Amino acid sequence: MSGTKSLGRFLTEYAVVIIFLLITVAAIPSSGLSIQYIVQEMITRLGRNTFLVLALLLPIYAGMGLNFGMTLGAMSGQIGLILAINFNIGGVEGLAFAALLGTAVFMGWICGVVLNKAKGREMVTGYMLAFFINGIYQLIVLYMMGFVFPIRSSAILLSRGYGIRNTLNLEIVRQSLDNFLMLRLGEYTVPVATFLVIAVLCVFVVWFKKTKLGQDMRAVGHDMSVADSAGVPVDRTRIIAIIISTVLASYGQIIFLQNMGNMATYNAHDQTSFFAVAAILVGGASVKKATIPNVLIGVILLHVLFVVTPRAGQNLFGSAMIGEYFRQFIGYGVIAFSLVLYAWRARKDAAWSREGLRGSSSGAVPAAAAAGGEGSAK
Amino acid sequence: MGQQGPLLSIDHISKEFYGNVVLNDVSFELKAGEILGLVGENGAGKTTLMHILFGMPVIADTGGFKGRICIDGQEVSFSSPFDALDAGIGMVHQEFSLIPGFTTTENIVLNRESMKPSILNDVFGDRMSILDRQDMKKRAEAAIEKLGVKLDPDMLVSEMPVGHKQFTEIAREITRSKTRILVLDEPTAVLAESEAEVLLKALRKLASLGIAIIFISHRLHEVTEVADRVVVLRDGIAIKDTPVAGVSVRDIASWMVGRSVATERVSEGEAREFGPEILSVEHLWVDMPGETVRDVSFSVRKGEILGFGGLAGQGKLGIPNGIMGLFQAGGVVRLHGKDVPLNEPRTALEIGMAFVSEDRRGVGLLLDESLKWNIAFTAMQIQGKYLKTILGGLFRIRDEAEMRKLTEEYIAMLDVKCTSPSQKAKELSGGNQQKICLAKAFAVKPDLLFVSEPTRGIDVGAKKLVLDTIHRYNRDYGTTIVMVSSELEELRSICDRIAIVDEGKIAGILPPTAELPEFGLLMSGLGANGSQEDLSA
Repeated sequence: MSGTKSLGRFLTEYAVVIIFLLITVAAIPSSGLSIQYIVQEMITRLGRNTFLVLALLLPIYAGMGLNFGMTLGAMSGQIGLILAINFNIGGVEGLAFAALLGTAVFMGWICGVVLNKAKGREMVTGYMLAFFINGIYQLIVLYMMGFVFPIRSSAILLSRGYGIRNTLNLEIVRQSLDNFLMLRLGEYTVPVATFLVIAVLCVFVVWFKKTKLGQDMRAVGHDMSVADSAGVPVDRTRIIAIIISTVLASYGQIIFLQNMGNMATYNAHDQTSFFAVAAILVGGASVKKATIPNVLIGVILLHVLFVVTPRAGQNLFGSAMIGEYFRQFIGYGVIAFSLVLYAWRARKDAAWSREGLRGSSSGAVPAAAAAGGEGSAK
Repeated sequence: MGQQGPLLSIDHISKEFYGNVVLNDVSFELKAGEILGLVGENGAGKTTLMHILFGMPVIADTGGFKGRICIDGQEVSFSSPFDALDAGIGMVHQEFSLIPGFTTTENIVLNRESMKPSILNDVFGDRMSILDRQDMKKRAEAAIEKLGVKLDPDMLVSEMPVGHKQFTEIAREITRSKTRILVLDEPTAVLAESEAEVLLKALRKLASLGIAIIFISHRLHEVTEVADRVVVLRDGIAIKDTPVAGVSVRDIASWMVGRSVATERVSEGEAREFGPEILSVEHLWVDMPGETVRDVSFSVRKGEILGFGGLAGQGKLGIPNGIMGLFQAGGVVRLHGKDVPLNEPRTALEIGMAFVSEDRRGVGLLLDESLKWNIAFTAMQIQGKYLKTILGGLFRIRDEAEMRKLTEEYIAMLDVKCTSPSQKAKELSGGNQQKICLAKAFAVKPDLLFVSEPTRGIDVGAKKLVLDTIHRYNRDYGTTIVMVSSELEELRSICDRIAIVDEGKIAGILPPTAELPEFGLLMSGLGANGSQEDLSA
């Protein structure tokens, strides 16, 4: 009885991971891709995407759900890169310049303040806020750059004299972090510096959880009113969580774009949060609970699928587009499925926890009494 | 400790909410190491008094209070609960304020964690310090030791039995080095008998360490067992302040419920004849948050008015809500000998039961709709009344004329003060809204009517009208009525039998003519066996 119950719990807990694993394993043979190719792709994509997904962790600890507002960080990172190109700061220095610009701190603060006004609806609010800030981003980049803010490099301007071009060539910073310390391991190339940066972030997250602020964040995440009555500054803690997440997202976007080598000025951030959220959910995280292994598993599983489905689509249905379709379909499907599963499970858990109060299953009461009696013996 | 002045003195405190006096010139004192039992019915002012003591913002927001609070002879004024904590007052709430996903240790030292400085302190401040988990555990163990109970410092709160949660909460209050006064609001309400024993023992241990304790409980035998002194509040007045020695539970119960005004029975001396059993309930449980029903069995005979009384939160409201299918419920309910499927509100209405909810504005009324809509609504939805068919039965539309007639009938019968049947429900006063709720239930012509808290939030004059209406409806139509109310007096005025619900179970059923202390005893957690204990004591 309890065996089937715990199996059921395990299945609901990891339903998304299991389904994903099955689809991926089934798709690999039909893609006809070699394992070596897939492994190399995974190394590249882990370096490219992991940082962005790690940025989601802190808001989950703070009980604010999946931070769809990380798009604000991505836009900040892009503004940093535009300016780095403008001032012609190349290489790792260019990336450092973009990262230290500080727009993300301001953006994170805005996002945190807004989300504090929408407690309990952080995810949808963050999602909508990203659309709104996207409008402001476009206003600045499309009209004000070169018009209000002087732009030195005419190469990045539209031919009309103001506004940034649709596609920005990031040649001077292209893969500068990846190539900073590139290691050849047999037939694979490993961007060691990028992985070091990711490792440092992982260590930071683990360390952060041990700090007072990390403990406060967990307390706020579990129960805001209890934390508040214990004197934890709830609003401030939540804002800090979002600021850190936004700043990390801006770094993540910079790492992502330096790997890509060029940037779609007006679209590059569109699906940042969508893919990051899908990845962490595929890795077995939920709205309330996420770990570093969730991030790594999620990035690998999601991207294996992204690599193999176009080829599998080509081989099975004669069209690579069907793979592209699957990408969108599965990404959104995973998010919707995880959210529904989470809500369902939360309700189930609440019902289970109240079961002990019922007269019919009075087993819980003597158990509690026995435990109390044990205490009295001492 | 020795002979010294009082640690805490409450000095002539009065408080009113919008002209409604809830505390009237209350004074008492508390010495170090003393346990004070504070008892009173719901609404007697216990909660308000504690809010004042803790400087809750709600007190200042509603115009402050009169009188003084002194600690060590110094007048204090708290603008927030944190000031009270700083002054050394700890509070253990009725609801647990623990974080379920945290361990015992983490909860005990919540926001007062031991810290080791880290390199980032200089830049980002103290919050970047690393937690010193070993020291935290040591402190938690010391507090548990002080309480004299056995708790696992590494256990998650979510996996604990309730008793351990209560101890964790107390341990948290006493780890504050300053805590000298501890307030416990119904700490034993959720505990099993044996757990409560342990708790009382722990309280005595704390008191012997010099901590003064205010112990609020409705379980009077616990008060007589543990307290040194008892203060009884009734209608905002400290009616009694006496050492516990020589005081019996029965004495306290009668001080608690005693009224100066004698009860007026509406139908004194009337011989009542009832029909066969109409409703039988066996082992009902209802999962209504805050009003959990654990195991309730009773039966009602046709034509009878059965009352359910008891203190708030004990589960009396869960009974009608569970039977009518509004909250998750289980057990066996039979109407006219036939099983009633639970958790299906529509079926409950269809088979001839009706419910006047305690949540008048939420469940009871369509606030933005007219009176005629409100009154005819249930009858229309459930029984298809007040509808006419057009186009050969293709559509059914509302029969406005019939609805108007019905509404006017009830407005006249119940003397509802309104401008017209088309007036919106939200524009009426509380008492008149309640009459509309009753009319809505009457309109379905139920065999069995549940009425929950019919006089809550309405003024004295309207209360009498509502009670008279229920009484008259029972006499005129022979409708069986089950009435739930927090006000014992109104149950005594119209019910044929009164069941007192305590901790999700029926503590006992009494005739309305029973002595007041009898009711008080049942509410105090002394059922049949409890009162025997009392006699032997």
